Amino acid sequence: MNQSLLLLVLPLLSAIVIHFLLKQKLASVATILGTTSTAVTLAIAFNLLGSTANGATFTWAQVGNFKIDIGLQLDQLSKGMMIVVTGIGLLVHIFSLGYMKDDEAKARYFGNLSLFMFSMTGIVLANNFVMMFIFWELVGLSSYLLIGHWYQKDSAADAAKKAFLSNRVGDFGFLIGILMIWGISGSVFFDKMALAAGTPFLGAAVLLVFCGAICKSAQLPLHVWLPDAMEGPTPVSALIHAATMVAAGVYMMARFFFSIGFDTVPECSANVIAWIGGITSLLAAFMATQQDDIKKILAYSTISQLGYMIMAVGLVNPNAGMFHLYTHAWFKALLFLGSGAVIYACHHEQNIWKMGGLLKRMPITGFTFFVGTLCLTAVPGTSGFFSKEGILHATHGTPLFFIAVGVAALTTFYMFRLFFIIFLGNAQNEHAEHAKEVPLIMSLPLLVLGLMALASPWLSSLIPTVNDFTPDTAIHFNGVTFASIGAFAIGLIGAIVLYKDKTSDPLSDNKVMKVFRNKFYFDETYAKLVKVGQDVLAAIVHFLDEFIINGLLVGGLIRIAQGTGKFFTTKMQSGSLSNYAYLFGAGILLIIYIITFL
Amino acid sequence: MLLLALILIPLLASIAIFFGAPARLTTIATAAVNLILGVTLAFVPDTVCTLSYEVLANPSIHFSLGIDNMSSVMLILSVIVTFAAALSGTCVEGKEKLWYSSILLIAAGAIGAFISTDLFFFYAFHELALIPTFLMIGILGRGGNERKEIAWKTTIYLALGSIILLAGFLFAGSQLESFAFKDLAAVENHQTAIALLLIIGFGTLVSLFPFHSWAAPAYASAPAPVAMLHAGVLKKFGLYGLLRVGLAIAPEGMQHWLNLLLVLLLCNIIWMGLVTINQKRLDCMLGYSSVMHMGYIFLAIAAAISTGGEIVDPSTGTLTLAASAAMLLMFAHGISIALSFALADRIEAKTGTLEINKLGGLGKTAPKLCFLFGLAIMASIGLPGLANFAGEIMVFFSGFEGWSSEQGLGPVQITTIIAIWGVVMSAVYGLRAFRNIFQGSLMGKSNDSTDISLLEKAPAILLAIVLLAVGLYPNLLLNLLK
Repeated sequence: MNQSLLLLVLPLLSAIVIHFLLKQKLASVATILGTTSTAVTLAIAFNLLGSTANGATFTWAQVGNFKIDIGLQLDQLSKGMMIVVTGIGLLVHIFSLGYMKDDEAKARYFGNLSLFMFSMTGIVLANNFVMMFIFWELVGLSSYLLIGHWYQKDSAADAAKKAFLSNRVGDFGFLIGILMIWGISGSVFFDKMALAAGTPFLGAAVLLVFCGAICKSAQLPLHVWLPDAMEGPTPVSALIHAATMVAAGVYMMARFFFSIGFDTVPECSANVIAWIGGITSLLAAFMATQQDDIKKILAYSTISQLGYMIMAVGLVNPNAGMFHLYTHAWFKALLFLGSGAVIYACHHEQNIWKMGGLLKRMPITGFTFFVGTLCLTAVPGTSGFFSKEGILHATHGTPLFFIAVGVAALTTFYMFRLFFIIFLGNAQNEHAEHAKEVPLIMSLPLLVLGLMALASPWLSSLIPTVNDFTPDTAIHFNGVTFASIGAFAIGLIGAIVLYKDKTSDPLSDNKVMKVFRNKFYFDETYAKLVKVGQDVLAAIVHFLDEFIINGLLVGGLIRIAQGTGKFFTTKMQSGSLSNYAYLFGAGILLIIYIITFL
Repeated sequence: MLLLALILIPLLASIAIFFGAPARLTTIATAAVNLILGVTLAFVPDTVCTLSYEVLANPSIHFSLGIDNMSSVMLILSVIVTFAAALSGTCVEGKEKLWYSSILLIAAGAIGAFISTDLFFFYAFHELALIPTFLMIGILGRGGNERKEIAWKTTIYLALGSIILLAGFLFAGSQLESFAFKDLAAVENHQTAIALLLIIGFGTLVSLFPFHSWAAPAYASAPAPVAMLHAGVLKKFGLYGLLRVGLAIAPEGMQHWLNLLLVLLLCNIIWMGLVTINQKRLDCMLGYSSVMHMGYIFLAIAAAISTGGEIVDPSTGTLTLAASAAMLLMFAHGISIALSFALADRIEAKTGTLEINKLGGLGKTAPKLCFLFGLAIMASIGLPGLANFAGEIMVFFSGFEGWSSEQGLGPVQITTIIAIWGVVMSAVYGLRAFRNIFQGSLMGKSNDSTDISLLEKAPAILLAIVLLAVGLYPNLLLNLLK
């Protein structure tokens, strides 16, 4: 069998075996199976890096000349992305062995993780849009199942539903975009999609395809599902909702732009994309500054960083976006798993104000979390610094540059706020007081991720980029770098002044901060919109349907029919079948007569 | 003769039941035999035989049966759903005879209609299947005295649809040399009128907006096997008829009404989608959702009409994209709605209610039921990997077939775009139902209900496997359509 096909088959088999054969009775076997299959796929992914093997293809559905293939595309973009997916996937599996040790539905958890690995691999390796859409929906399913892992909690069940529905809204546009691209270029295959600039409907099609990225990568205005998705187990948040699935939008756009040709992308569509990315990254960074839940802070940070990547994509510089996706995947997975370790040690406490002083009690977690923080805040020399430089350079000369620098300052501010509150100072409650370092099975992935977070820019063969790209790993002294370092300094000073050794938020009474804390009231607004636009409308339509169509129209017809029946029974004293048949025939003749001659 | 056996076996069995044969056993055995026979006949091309008796010379009416690419798909759908229906539901005590013989009669009628290759018997078999449907709703239906009124309304409604349809047939009949499917050709006169009669006639039988009011109440009050058979199989008669007969005899007439059809099918999807969102009971929700999903198949038919009404591609000799998409989605919807009704019946049996807001947390006590119902819901909202998705995506592609960006968006493309919003609406009501019934904290009787037994599971598992098989590899079915 083609080894690239194994990348898809192994996790699928693992999911099927775990869900239908092993189940909770053999949960320990399930955990090993899921982890092993991921390890094997990582090995295959490494093996593919050097090879020139072509991907396997088979026909999924065919009617005449219309064909939908399941085919694998192997190039630097997909191969590099596979390393990210399977590499972080493996570490998250290992971390989960510890984190989910006592969960009563451990087997279901690992089965769904395998399902996710399968779906994500499909997105990465897809050589055509329909296949990508198929797996796009399937990652949506696995995300739904994993967010709702503790489905008996109302909040988890609601969050899962919300994630699925938000994604559906985006997929509505995505699917129309795919249809349009098919109509315009005559193909859904990425390597046959090259278009000429100025093709009619291309601008609309690009924006519609981008709708898919808006939902999956949690961009404004469909970002609301991602913070809620933190209801899922923390390792899931690390893998799906920080490192891989949510970045799929960026990946898809990079592949799409490369396929149609960078010069073809209509400028106004590209601008819309860049500005959506920019505004998202700014607003999400504001929201992150006032959250009290450790995972929510990281979730808004993820949205903000995804906005960065989307901004680069919109500036038709997908390589800069993909480079940031790649470095971000390692350090954000590290931060999320670190937060998982903290939550685990503090007996599932997620409020940062009830932690404190954890650095000395959990040195490995604290140290690796610090490394992740340095990367995310783009301290010169760290991976985040280099990839952020790339994006800042891309924005240079546009107003987006100021947004990007502002976001960099905010990022430093909220990350050090987080670090100061949970790791420094004194323990704020009993659980934090008695917190212990997590077992090796959980701290090992943290150390590996910490290493990758630092080393990733220099492992250039792993970087998923669309064409030749060498990361710039030198520190230059130019305006962009000074702006970046200046932003870091401002953010850091702000965090030190406001949050060092604090036990409650000094800004909690501020009116502006209240807006940030309430996430610009997006959720409340949407709740009202859905209520009016959907529930009330549905009730009105249902009433009209009942009252007018069923009540008057149909009811009227039935009364006529009953009336005629009574007329005949009373006036004609008929009742025998033959008479009815006669009338029946006469009625038909009447209808024919009316239609023919009137 | 094997073809005749497909109809005769259930017919004779229902008579045997009437005369005292063990009802449940005979029905299940008959359905099983038919399942094996039907699938074999559909998949093994060599066994296909045709059969034709002249009934009337002038007008030329033949009793002729045969299986070709399109009817084989409908045949498989019929026998699978029949088997599942025979195993589903709980019979009202003392009414076994009526219950089981009705199931077999409906099955015989549906199979007869789909393997008939002559217009007259195609029509007649469908009428035959409707009679036991009405009886079952009226006599053994669920939910109080309303059911009699609902049965009455459904009868009038569908009979009216049938009469309009018959009028269309008769109107065209005078211009046709024979009623055999293979000889059907575009009639010369009055295509517009005929097309309208067929759209309304067939449309009423498939609950095309605004002729849909019968459907949801009928399904909600029908016993589970009847809801499964009618929504799953019998209802597809109208769509199948439009594709096979309507497009053949009045292609230009259909073209004339294309815009009307587009508006009506959008109402099916968007208007009915909103109505479905507002449902508070699971059975009503499923009933309305099945009305809504018919819109997608009408969309494929509209796409076929807009590209000239040919359902066979002259260059390749295979079924066109639009027609294949319609057939695939018909099949997928038939299986998935049957599964949904079968499981809704089990939910009611376990908890005593179908009020969505009175249920909760059932996933804890009945995980298998939860899994199967989740699968049914995911199928109906078009999740890839399940059959409905393959059908839906092909329908959408057929809407954009032959479109070039220079000419701008035509009515079919605009309709397709709006119709895709239905995918979001399906997810809204489907997930809401699943969330409320199976997730969250335990409510009501969910607390002490048990999971479904093997016997209850069997029909659902069969249907689920079919959904998965076709969903994972649609060519399985598409190869039959070639």
